[in-house]
Amino acid sequence: MSFVTRGFKGRRRDEAHADRLPPGQYLVRDFPVLSAGPTPHTAPAAWTFSITGELDEPKRWTWNDFRALPSETITRDIHCVTKWSKLDTIWEGVSVDTLLDGVDSAADYVMAFCDGGYTTNLPLDDVTGGKAWIAFGYDGQPLEPEHGGPARLLVPHLYFWKSAKWVRGLQLMKDDAPGFWETYGYHMYGDPWQEQRYSGD
Amino acid sequence: MAGAAVQRRLTWRVAEVAELVDETPRVRSVLMHVPDWPGHLAGQHVDVRLTADDGYQTQRSYSIASPPEAVDRLALTVERIEDGEVSPFLTEELRVGDRIELRGPIGGYFVWDVADGGPLMLVAGGSGVCPLMAMLRHRAARASSVPARLLYSSRSSADAIYGKELERLGGEGVGVVQTLTRMRPDGWAGYRRRIDRSMLQEVVWPPADRPLVYVCGPTPLVESVAEALVELGHDAARIKTERFGPTGG
Repeated sequence: MSFVTRGFKGRRRDEAHADRLPPGQYLVRDFPVLSAGPTPHTAPAAWTFSITGELDEPKRWTWNDFRALPSETITRDIHCVTKWSKLDTIWEGVSVDTLLDGVDSAADYVMAFCDGGYTTNLPLDDVTGGKAWIAFGYDGQPLEPEHGGPARLLVPHLYFWKSAKWVRGLQLMKDDAPGFWETYGYHMYGDPWQEQRYSGD
Repeated sequence: MAGAAVQRRLTWRVAEVAELVDETPRVRSVLMHVPDWPGHLAGQHVDVRLTADDGYQTQRSYSIASPPEAVDRLALTVERIEDGEVSPFLTEELRVGDRIELRGPIGGYFVWDVADGGPLMLVAGGSGVCPLMAMLRHRAARASSVPARLLYSSRSSADAIYGKELERLGGEGVGVVQTLTRMRPDGWAGYRRRIDRSMLQEVVWPPADRPLVYVCGPTPLVESVAEALVELGHDAARIKTERFGPTGG
């Protein structure tokens, strides 16, 4: 990198955490909120979670069914495409593996769909094998609406726009297709360690 | 929807600082010449990348405040965050003639083009006014007759960004309504509280007029305004939000 910004010194990274920060990211202690429109408020009684698309019989859980599934505590670093990263965030959630247990599908991709119309696409391999959860708790409390409550997708190894707030289901797809931000030029996959922020990165 | 499906690769460009404008004691606009700028829509942002002489780099996102029509003067308006890493550099150290790297434009949802029509309702808190200013400047540059209003919350009149220009726009048919939440000049007859539901009811077109609403500011303002608008009967699909706030910037 030959370009130098005259006069810029910068604040050096905390060396203890340097290996946990992907390129172009900086650490925050608060939990910024980003969303494209008003926060939906779905009451548990009206909430369901569905698996649709490429499977023989769609699956569906009510809030009570969903909360009766085995859940786990997940501690992970998260990385937002707007450059902030937050270390050791603690979530409570149901593994997507649990929800897909017994599902026979030819799908290679999923589209997460949400209240408010938000969608995001992911390879099936990235939401299975202990890599993704439907999270309903954050830091020991129920997940707040502005952070995606009652439940959000949690896929911490990808940029955080893939961890769709207010998630209501996964559509199994044979072929990849862009979700909401992906249509506006954001990367189809979004690996923070490859700095895949935008299309073509 | 304007600006959908921008899928070209975003490359880093070296922009040259052409002009610096102090907007308030804490806010400075940086106007730049960007070679081969591909154009943008009002409301989009750029990523800025700074590189120290030992190779250390950091990036931040800033909304574009200039309209698409100002092709040779890309403007970013930056608020200094006291313990920030990038904003003190951009507001205090940067000089005319300096070069910085940026890429964009980014984002295609929180955008407005005159072809999108209106009525255009803009609600801003603090430096959240920046992308909304690009929309008002775009409307003015195109001599558009789309009805437009801006409801703008600042701590004091000294903290209000683009003060003179907003006054001028007010004379050109934009309904500019300011609320000053902490300090008011003598004789201030305007609102003197945070934006709330009754203020929105007074200032925003009724839901039956189907205004296109853009809300930008700190998270608590955006959350409460968007929620109140939905409660007042506005279509959630016509309310677009963007956050501005100190997140280490």
